[in-house]
Amino acid sequence: MTNAWNGFVGGAWEKEINVRDFIQQNYTPYDGDEGFLEGATPATLELWKSVSDLKKQEIENGGVLDMDTDIISTITSHGPGYIEKDKEQIVGLQTDKPLKRALQPYGGIRIAMQACSKNGYEVDPELVEFFTEHRKTHNAGVFDVYTPEMRKCRSSHIITGLPDGYGRGRIIGDYRRVALYGIDRLIENKEYQKSSTRTTMRSDVIREREELSEQIKALNMLKKLGTIYGCDISKPASTLKEATQWLYFAYLAAVKEQNGAAMSLGRTSTFLDIYAERDIKNGVITEKEAQEIVDHFIMKLRMVCFARTPDYNAIFAGDPTWVTESIGGVGIDGRHMVTKMSFRYLNTLNNLGAAPEPNLTVLWSTNLPENFKNYCAKISIKHHAVQYENDDLMRPLHGDDYAIACCVSSMRIGKEMQFFGARANLAKCLLYAINGGRDEITGEQVGPEYRAVEGEYLDYDDVMSKFKAMMTWLSKVYVNALNIIHYMHDKYSYERLQMALHDRQVKRWFATGIAGFSVVADSLSAIKYAKVRVVRDERGIITDYITEGDFPKYGNDDDRVDSIAKEILHTFVKLLRQNYTYRDGIITTSLLTITSNVSYGKNTGSTPDGRKQGEAFAPGANPMHGRDTNGAVASLASVAKIPFMDSQDGISNTFTIVPSALGKTEDEQTRNLVALLDGYTKKGGFHLNVNVFDKELLLDAQKHPELYPQLTIRVSGYAVNFIKLTKEQQDEVISRTFHSRI
Amino acid sequence: MKGYIHSFETFGTVDGPGVRFVVFLQGCTMRCLYCHNPDSWCGGGTPYEACDVLEKMTRNIAFYKTGGLTVSGGEPLLQLDFLIELFSLAKVQNIHTCLDTSGITFDKNDKALVGKFDQLLSLCDLVMLDIKHIDKDEHIKLTGHSNEHVLNFAMYLNEKKIPMRVRHVIVPEITYKEEYLRALGAFLKGFSNIEKIEVLPFHKMGEVKYEQLGIECKLKDTPQLSDIEVKKAYEIIKSAM
Repeated sequence: MTNAWNGFVGGAWEKEINVRDFIQQNYTPYDGDEGFLEGATPATLELWKSVSDLKKQEIENGGVLDMDTDIISTITSHGPGYIEKDKEQIVGLQTDKPLKRALQPYGGIRIAMQACSKNGYEVDPELVEFFTEHRKTHNAGVFDVYTPEMRKCRSSHIITGLPDGYGRGRIIGDYRRVALYGIDRLIENKEYQKSSTRTTMRSDVIREREELSEQIKALNMLKKLGTIYGCDISKPASTLKEATQWLYFAYLAAVKEQNGAAMSLGRTSTFLDIYAERDIKNGVITEKEAQEIVDHFIMKLRMVCFARTPDYNAIFAGDPTWVTESIGGVGIDGRHMVTKMSFRYLNTLNNLGAAPEPNLTVLWSTNLPENFKNYCAKISIKHHAVQYENDDLMRPLHGDDYAIACCVSSMRIGKEMQFFGARANLAKCLLYAINGGRDEITGEQVGPEYRAVEGEYLDYDDVMSKFKAMMTWLSKVYVNALNIIHYMHDKYSYERLQMALHDRQVKRWFATGIAGFSVVADSLSAIKYAKVRVVRDERGIITDYITEGDFPKYGNDDDRVDSIAKEILHTFVKLLRQNYTYRDGIITTSLLTITSNVSYGKNTGSTPDGRKQGEAFAPGANPMHGRDTNGAVASLASVAKIPFMDSQDGISNTFTIVPSALGKTEDEQTRNLVALLDGYTKKGGFHLNVNVFDKELLLDAQKHPELYPQLTIRVSGYAVNFIKLTKEQQDEVISRTFHSRI
Repeated sequence: MKGYIHSFETFGTVDGPGVRFVVFLQGCTMRCLYCHNPDSWCGGGTPYEACDVLEKMTRNIAFYKTGGLTVSGGEPLLQLDFLIELFSLAKVQNIHTCLDTSGITFDKNDKALVGKFDQLLSLCDLVMLDIKHIDKDEHIKLTGHSNEHVLNFAMYLNEKKIPMRVRHVIVPEITYKEEYLRALGAFLKGFSNIEKIEVLPFHKMGEVKYEQLGIECKLKDTPQLSDIEVKKAYEIIKSAM
């Protein structure tokens, strides 16, 4: 046993790389309340002031403070960078200066150039030439192979947001391994894996050997990154400060190499609590010092940033990075996994003020301790920066050492990864079914030339059979486009550092997604329960609908329409699963739109539910704005009916309630929010973003952004600084249902 | 039997303790000047069987563990038989029941009616009694009815030991006067069943409904009272108790 492990309970984790076992043998569940927490130290406040000033300058500069144009970002590309060196407990920046955005061209040189030029910078022409003529990128690879049909689907927006020009992200390295084992042990393990591959050199074995080599290189570079900051991370960390620092270096190395859409952190709080408990017990640190270390760590996570283009911001508004951290949950032995560190992480919102990142995600179970539940509710009411995901639903599938990547994608840490797959626009697909594969806006024949709807009124059975045929076509093009994307990403922009922090045998989820879910459900309900008359334009294309009579709407706990919603999802997932997938990825799907519900809506014609051309969709699995009129429970109950196993990559629901509708006193509000979360969890609801504020607050922030520098709201599986959204996106957020009561 | 329903609120947090399923029944005989639901005054409403109403709640019972069922209105007592059936079904399932009423239909001299009230109260865990005005004449001006039945009902609830929350809406010039607030406190003095006294400021959120219904909103120029005044009114009531 090394000295660094003194005082820890031993177990399988000593013999093998097994962080879960280490946690289970050593963590201390905490049932108490938040009374022990400490506020920010002067150093913390001074550092945060510096960071806030820089962030303010960044906004004044139009969104970017500084950019690299001639250094390709790698794990070791930059010398050390600091905010104020002598005050920082946890060190390390992506580049040499805070908030300076790195140049990361492997996903695609054109995108990297655009990201610079739109912000007034220019990538070094020599590098452009190199990545155009000599070293191919992921983006170039994909476009070499795309079929004309795939290109058409992209430009008509029936499939968009595909990670074909940017990093796919959503891979969580098990960054804790670096703290627990030190780099040398991890390299040794990977060397062994390489020495024991199969020996017949088929393409998969060759790929495995090459990937392992890359992983080992990345680990060596990570060790060097430690040295750059004066730390020897070759051996296990021996204190909380070291463990946090080692872990952060590992994460930092990942974001230095990869500009992934979502660069999530994992599930680190209970792991680090073990170090905190030991240090506090041994008198190495006080509670105040423990909180300071956490505050400085979280501050660093708040500073992660990437160079991105305006197009990208339309889909992922507000400059998110999805440094998602999963907190809480219950172990498979029945002990809850809340520790004092779970409180300390949430307490950073008090100490540093609200912020969208890291994306704090509570794995909610009805069996969490009441004190923790109440604390979460209080923090949500105060900061509206926390999201909740149903641990009781995920635990049977993933055990007790999984985490959320991005918004709602669950995976076992270090054992599973996912191929991120954006989303298909099912509302548009329904319009293609009605119009025989012609795009309702451009008139172009994008889908197969099936028979369009005839006659004046829509018939449910006729539309359904046409819709299923069109979904069959769409699912195939979609999965195959993703096959190309992930092949090329592995080839040209492989996540070697993150994969080095995975086991040898990795399960790959092949994630797809759906946009326009509630629009489709309501449209089909209108066709079935009301009369929908079509309006054709001069091209003979149906471009509008006149609905006669009322119809049940998704979001009111009405089985007539909720069952349609479920059926559509089930059908589409089954169709997706009929396709071949790259690296035997297992197909999953999500009801999650990020903020693309606005741009998807913009590019989709009028729909039979009464939504007009260009109007935004509801986000994720949300009912359409203002159509859930039977109160919050009915709205949540509708969403909770969607089966997790049909939408295993997550069912996102963003919920906004005005404070007065949550209860009169702070105490009542807290208890009622806990009751709501417990109820939703018990009903099988998957995810809930909780916002507690009045519409007037947002309207005022829209008018006076300078007064709300830290106003954070949950949008769709992540949180944003409200003032960083475009006017259009702000308006959409304001138009969402605010549960209230007269 | 069928009840006539105005609407449902599935996440009620201000009509009784905890998270509640609130059923608003259609129809009311009072015409309170400050009513924010004038659309629930007249007949109509959607007919529902009591068991179907309860099913709407129990299908999502997971949300109501800390709360229960509240029936409000309109005036729920106008559909007394339906109310009795709904509450008996709820009590079978051990659901906390709360009645939000003005008590206006109570008549202590009508034996048959009192019998039914006894039946209802045996199924009722909490009554939220809205005392509109303590002064008889002012009550008539405000609601169109005398407050005799209301005050009798309050005393009856006390006699029967049914937990009660008293609600009182304060409106400038009408109820927000020290003498009236004192009189209310004095009336409530000695009641042993009072769980809570809630003073609510009159608000104008129902104004749109008046416009839609083409009814004149007589308080449209009356200002709303602030939290400070609400607190003051509460103190005055308490001091007289």
